[in-house]
Order: sequence, then C-alpha cells, then structure tokens
Amino acid sequence: MPIIRIGNAAGFWGDALGAPRRLVEAAGGSRSASARPDLDAPSRSIGSIPSAEVRTCRPDLLPGLDYLTLEYLAELTMSILAHLKSRDAEAGFVTDFPTVVRDLLSSTTALEGRPARIVTNAGGMNPDACCRAVSRILSEHGLADCTVAAVSGDDLLPTFDDLLAAGEEFRNLETGEPLGELRQRMVCANAYLGAAGIVDALRAGAEIVVTGRVADASLTVGPAIHEFGWEFNDWDRLAAASVAGHLIECGAQVTGGMYSDWTPAIPLDDVGYPIAEMAESGETVITKPPGTGGAVTVGTVSEQLVYEIGDPAHYLTPDVDADFTHVTLADDGPDRVRVAGATGNPAPERYKVSLAYRDGYMVSGTLVVAGPNAVEKARACGEIIRRRAQRAGCEPQRMNVELLGAGVVVPGTAPWRTLPASEPKLAASATLGDTPEIVLRVAAHDPSKEKLERFNREFAPLVTSGPPGVTGYTGPRQKPYPVLAYWPTTIARDRVSPRVVVKTAKEWTA
Amino acid sequence: MSDTIRLGDIAHARSGDKGNHANIGVIAYTDAGYEFLSRELTADRVADYFAALQPTNVVRYELPGIRAFNFLLYDALAGGASRSLRTDSQGKTLGPAILQMELAGGMTNDESRMSNQ
Repeated sequence: MPIIRIGNAAGFWGDALGAPRRLVEAAGGSRSASARPDLDAPSRSIGSIPSAEVRTCRPDLLPGLDYLTLEYLAELTMSILAHLKSRDAEAGFVTDFPTVVRDLLSSTTALEGRPARIVTNAGGMNPDACCRAVSRILSEHGLADCTVAAVSGDDLLPTFDDLLAAGEEFRNLETGEPLGELRQRMVCANAYLGAAGIVDALRAGAEIVVTGRVADASLTVGPAIHEFGWEFNDWDRLAAASVAGHLIECGAQVTGGMYSDWTPAIPLDDVGYPIAEMAESGETVITKPPGTGGAVTVGTVSEQLVYEIGDPAHYLTPDVDADFTHVTLADDGPDRVRVAGATGNPAPERYKVSLAYRDGYMVSGTLVVAGPNAVEKARACGEIIRRRAQRAGCEPQRMNVELLGAGVVVPGTAPWRTLPASEPKLAASATLGDTPEIVLRVAAHDPSKEKLERFNREFAPLVTSGPPGVTGYTGPRQKPYPVLAYWPTTIARDRVSPRVVVKTAKEWTA
Repeated sequence: MSDTIRLGDIAHARSGDKGNHANIGVIAYTDAGYEFLSRELTADRVADYFAALQPTNVVRYELPGIRAFNFLLYDALAGGASRSLRTDSQGKTLGPAILQMELAGGMTNDESRMSNQ
C-alpha cells in the first residue's frame, strides 16, 4: 500500500526561516516519481533522492518528502497583508516564502537544485504577486520551466457590494449582529476555501501551489486527494486527512514545542518539523526526520490534537465536518505516533469568512522597576502614567496596566498561592514584597493615533520623575499601530468560486 | 492518599485562542485520572478558577479516545489577538496555569501518573 509523506515546515508568518530546508534535507530530500513506483506519478518529477545516507526510521519506507507544506496565515495575518497591499499593489503576500524558496534552491546536499512539491498559503491577499516573486527566483536558478499555480477566489472585497446586494449579510458568526456600518471600515474579507483548488492545481501538474486563504488543514487534504484519488464526499477519509493536517499545521508544536512535559532532555534548538505519513485509508503516522531535536510522542500529539479546537465532534473545515472525539493515538516506535479513528460528516453548507475592520490604534510600553517594594512602586508608576495622561488630555479609551512578574499574566492562578478572584492584584502583591524587580507594561487603545503618540511620551519621564529604581526605557518609542479587529462570518458556498492559474515560472515573469 | 492533588500531577494541557475565546485541552495520563477528572474538573470548576478572566461561559467537551477534555472559555481574552491589551492576548499561558489547580483528593499519584510519554 503506498504511503505519501507530507512535511510541514511553517506554522505562522515569522516561523523559523531555516526550518523548510532543514526538514527537507533531514527527511532525505524529495521523493521523485521514479523512486515511487507504487504511486501514480505526476507528470513531472520535482526532486530526487540522492542521499542514501538519510533513512527514515522504518526501512520499508523510502526517505524523502512527497510534499512540503508551509502554513503562514493566522486569523490576523490576512488583515496585515491587506494593509500592506493597500500601500503597494505588488505586496500582500507572505514575504518569508520567496526567501524560503531561495534557501531550498541553494541546498545541494539532498535536492539537486529542485524542491519537493510545495503547497503553501503564502499567497495571502495576493497569490499572483507571490507567484511572480517566486518565479523570478526559480528563473534565476535555471528553473524557468517549473510550474507554479496560484489558487485564489477567496478574496471577497472586489465583489463585496454585489454580495451584499445578493442578500449576504455577513452577520457575526458568534453574536449574530449584522455588519452594518463596519462595512466602511473593512480592510479584508476572505472565504476559507477548501482543498478543491489545490487538487485542480496539482492535477494540472503544478510543482508549487500558492494559495490565498484556504483552511490550514486543506494544505494537507489537497495533496492526499490528488495522490489517492479520493472523492470529495469520502467524508471519513477527508476527516482523517484533516486531522493529519491539523496536527502538522503548527509546525514544531507537535514535535516537542509548547509541550507541557518538556524537559531539557527534549532538545529544541534543532527541533524537527513534522511529517505526516498517510496511507490510502487516511490513517496517518506523525513523525519527524531522524537526527533532529524535539520529540513525537503520544503526549506531544495529543496536545496538538486539542489545540485551538472548539467542539471536537464538529471540527469544521470547508472540506468536511470532522469528528475528533474517537481519534486514538498509539506509539509506533521512536518518534512515531499512529493516528486513527477520525470520522467525517458532510462539509458545512457555508464557507467561513475571515473579515477584518479598522478599529483605531494601539501602543504599549514597558519599564523595569527594581529594588525594595518593586511591586508597589510599579503599580504607582502605572497610576502616575494614567493621571499625567489625564492632565495632558490624552487618556486613552482603553488602558491596561500589567505588573509582569507579579502573577498577572493569568490573574488569580499563580501557583504559590490561591488568590481570591475578586482581588487578584491585591492578593498577589501581598506575597511579593521581596520580588527584586517588576516589568511594568502599559498598553492602550484609542481611535486617535495622535492621542496615543502623546500618551506614549509618558513612559520615559518616569525614569527621572518617578519613584526610585525605574529603568529599562531604551530605544525609540513604539509607534502606535493600527488595530485590525476580527469579524468572523460566513458566506454561501455557491457565491464563491476558486480560481486556479497554472503557469511556468517563465510565463509568470513574462 | 493526600488531601489534594495538583492537576499537573495527573494531566497535561495546551491552550490557545479562537477569536476572543480561549480553549484549554486537558489530557489525563491514565484511565483512572480521566475518570477522576470527569467528576472533578467540571466546567463550573474551571470557570471559578479563571474567574479573573471573566469568561461569559465555559463549556466542557470530551475526547475519550485520548482521555482528554476540551474547555472553551467564551470571551476570556479581553478582545482576542487583535484587540486585547494583555500580554497574553492569545491565551497561550492558560494551559500551564490550569495545571497548577488543586483538586480535592481521591486518588494517589501512583494511580494517576503512569505512562506519561
């Protein structure tokens, strides 16, 4: 039975830049068509497996990756990309991706100059521009014939008024409120597309697939449908692949990062990024390349299974309504965990939409307050900032004072004492008389950027005109940055059509 | 048999955000621990523990296949990743925090902490 290997080497925009190359090299390069006689090979081979020295943990599996996925888009990322695109029509994609492609192409140990097939949502608000940027790099490396696909159609902005006229209200998924006047402040609205566009692109021979907003798990589901020829209503298999995608989409979070039972015995400096080895049934083994740090255990995988989920009986993606409740995990050897038991129901009738609107500005600043009575002095500093801002007429609409080091990050839960929930800060200070220093952090939100710029001037003077022991105010003042608030909503599926464009790098750059 | 047990002695956890809501998955190390937590670690208990975050509702879901509970804390992130003025706007630290919870006794560490991977 053929098994495909899908590695994911990015969990957000800003994840470790060296991770994709490290993953592909440590996994043994790309698995070329000739090395996978048991699979219906795509029309072209993208990679090769020159390195006989790299082996998987199981001798019956060939080394290498069939697909490299790179997941970059958090809820907020699209709105940031929209903001960038509004300033520059050729921007609005995840700029880490071209850098990663350049790095992969410079690898000579395992790739012979050619990466594994890549599926990524780096396109963000501008998949076409991302394809052009990547194609320029491919062409520079003599790969002008490499096929690159843009999957778009998720961006609802260009037709938003038509959609409203057609009866879409874009009510808030949680509160039921209509969008109303927020329409005027909207910066982006993107439907979460499923795997279909990715499958179309792969069927057309794409070696690199660049999407806009697709569901994170669909980056894994797409290659699986393409390789195994699953139907789009094979709900149990789509659920199984969605579980696999969910497990690897956050990169090293499934291989030891964030792990509750982490100890220094799990080295993370060279943490391995995850690989999903998937069978035609959808059953999957989560693993990582040999020789890398981190760990893949039932513990690490179970934590990632529950990461950022709601009702586990209904993990909703555009591809399937997946049921996680009876998923089981079993040890399958060192750094290998077998995942089974997912079931699926028909996909939701509406696409989820990620919509963001402008909501004023935020700014924050920190000071270090040291010496005796640090907590008391830091609290006083926060109050001084508030009063001086009041006097100067720049008190922000919302302001939050945190005494970092005094148990405020999750108030009321500091381990050394059970604090009364009614007065967590007071109780915390009572136990912290001998805390040698505290970081004072003050964050503020206001519709007016100018007001926050003025407010922000109130930090530095505390060094000379505040209590003794105030320091740590260095560097330029943070500039107020725009707040792009999130509005979760939905749209009828038939109002959205994925658009797939497959061209060679040469054609993209023509 | 001790009077109280720390949740972190019998389970591990991970937390994150869903918009302005936080989720915390709590995974028992053993079947006995899962049964114990199904009685003790109720949605109300979790709501009390995180009262300072002012969740508007706490819902508990079960994942028996991996001996886990998923708690959804509605509106607990003071605006979520985009609008929260808190350092931990995404609820990443709620997992470690819940493991500090003291629970009424009823099981020994030997019964509960085994097969910790």
